[in-house]
Amino acid sequence: MTSLPQTAGRSPVRRLAGTLHRRPRLRLSLLLTAPLLWLAVLYLGSLAVLFVSAFWTTNSFTSEVVKVWSADNFHQLLTTPVYRQVILRSVGVALAVTLLCAVIAFPVAFYTARIAKPERRPLLVVAILTPLWASYLVKVYAWRLILSQDGLADWALKPLGLSGPGYGLTAAVIALTYLWLPYMILPIHTALEQLPANLLDASADLGARAGRTFRSVVLPMVLPSVAAGSVFTFSLSLGDYITVQIVGGKTQLIGNVVYSNIELNLPMAAALGTVPVVVIVVYLLAMRRTGALSSL
Amino acid sequence: MRLTPTLKAAAAVAVLLAATACGSSDTGSSASTGLNPPDLKAQSKLGKTEGQVNLIAWAGYVEDGSNDPKVDWVSDFEKQTGCQVNSKVAASSDEMVKLMKTGQYDAVSASGDASLRLIASGDAAPVNTALVPNYKNVFSGLKKGAWNSVDGQMYGIPHGRGANLLMYNTQKVSPAPTSWSAVFDDASAHKGHVTAYDSPIYIADAALYLKSARPELKIKDPYALDQKQFDAAVALLKKQSANVGEYWSDYLKEISAFKSGDSVVGTTWQVIANLTADEGAKVKAFVPEEGSTGWSDTWMVSAKAKHPNCAYKWMDWIISPKVNAQVAEYFGEAPANSEACAYTSDKSFCDTFHATDESYWKNVAFWNTPIEQCLDGRTDVKCVPYAKWVQAWTEIKG
Repeated sequence: MTSLPQTAGRSPVRRLAGTLHRRPRLRLSLLLTAPLLWLAVLYLGSLAVLFVSAFWTTNSFTSEVVKVWSADNFHQLLTTPVYRQVILRSVGVALAVTLLCAVIAFPVAFYTARIAKPERRPLLVVAILTPLWASYLVKVYAWRLILSQDGLADWALKPLGLSGPGYGLTAAVIALTYLWLPYMILPIHTALEQLPANLLDASADLGARAGRTFRSVVLPMVLPSVAAGSVFTFSLSLGDYITVQIVGGKTQLIGNVVYSNIELNLPMAAALGTVPVVVIVVYLLAMRRTGALSSL
Repeated sequence: MRLTPTLKAAAAVAVLLAATACGSSDTGSSASTGLNPPDLKAQSKLGKTEGQVNLIAWAGYVEDGSNDPKVDWVSDFEKQTGCQVNSKVAASSDEMVKLMKTGQYDAVSASGDASLRLIASGDAAPVNTALVPNYKNVFSGLKKGAWNSVDGQMYGIPHGRGANLLMYNTQKVSPAPTSWSAVFDDASAHKGHVTAYDSPIYIADAALYLKSARPELKIKDPYALDQKQFDAAVALLKKQSANVGEYWSDYLKEISAFKSGDSVVGTTWQVIANLTADEGAKVKAFVPEEGSTGWSDTWMVSAKAKHPNCAYKWMDWIISPKVNAQVAEYFGEAPANSEACAYTSDKSFCDTFHATDESYWKNVAFWNTPIEQCLDGRTDVKCVPYAKWVQAWTEIKG
């Protein structure tokens, strides 16, 4: 039954609903104000503050921030060999972790999405996600024990006449790969799951072997998802500084250098902090070309 | 700007200071530094307590039973003085300095690498030790040190102390080391298994070693290094870095590294050495022949304290024999109060931590804040300030 116009006029909720219904623009602006404020003020705003404070200097004695403009920090950043080394090392670690994740994730995702029995698939996805329920620190400390002298890694490799990598850059890459692997498996799993089976059949009908089908059919369709997963693994590895503190031996990444500067030389820390932002922006632009961002 | 409200009590303070100076005439080191702190005056008498006090402390210094119901020395203080304690745990000296600058805190348990910065920037006020009755029982080696006083004026109340020891794995390091050269010039013998404290202040350890290993550098005070001396220390540490397996700042990390054999020789604290040995690792820790660096924490009152009377009450409480014994035992350090040793639950505690052994502490150069004016009194050169130490530390780790 239709409601009577008088009652609609009396109830304020209904009146509001009516107004919103008649004015789509108002509706849209009310809906978007909060998230846009969040994005513009809190997120972009703090990035802007970070960037601006990188141009200030500190009093070398009291380490108070002096609001005098200078590009000294950026000059130092580009000319000091140790900073360049640390930046290159961090980017290298992020790339290595991304590559390892992709290589490991692909077969896993292929199994969970196409080979495993359909009724088992949800269970397998849950299994892949379980490590994310455990605390980050617990997992990294577990790796510390695994990689320690005469630890699990040494013990397992001993019969082969090898020894574990010990703490260092390799250990950091291994631990980070372990940490971020689920973020790579999930998008690839989704892409493989959505791959129409008849395309694979068609490829086989046309005489392509497994390798050819993989290269010409599967890979092009899944690549955007790999790129999407790599956005996670790359950015998470680039910003990490705790894993490397625990298993990285004496290795320093950008995050560690930011951390060591943050109390005494905030502007320098800010300048260092802009580096990952720039690297990620470049990375995202590169990924956009692959179409990864539309399949996130 | 900050000085005006406190200026008037100057005369009264002078009288009281003379009195305290008599009470503690046996000071070890003369603190004639080039440091010129803002002319602040210490409180002349205690007023009514303000009902609360805001503290910045190292973890384990202000325990009210919330971490462990058996570890509580705050509740009784609150009952006796009516001062509600709000404490903030700081993770590093740098964080302490930063928090003190906010002016929201009344007192801080500053280590020597923070205290001079606080004094020089005018964030910490001089302390009238006459208002802290328990101060008279503080070990003389902790009074009027270069890190907690300026020209004989105390800027805080000593809390406790510890030395940075050389620890080694008795099974893997032989012959037993006697010198810091085990982690510097001879470190390559244990390549990849040497450890060191992860902080810029560790540069002083290298300087202390160079003081005897390379006398031509004429290092007098490891915290007062001119550019040439500093460069030598940094070069030594860069050489050491090739042999370092990992640096430690988290003591649990060091314990696990020594237990597993990832580290076999390096700097440590007494409490870490005890814990490592308790967990079954074959380790020994000692002060090498060159002496060692160390830390001594001092409770300092903020120049902008809103609850100074409660802060004074707290400083007296925390070094009262019983409480000082409790906190020293809980944290693992030598207590500051000479009477505290009678109250420790482990009767050999003070011997283990060398609390009463002043000759032991003679060889310990307590952490201090390197500043541009050389702390050893040299005026013909400029010393390398702490900010540069921080930068160099990043470069050393590479």
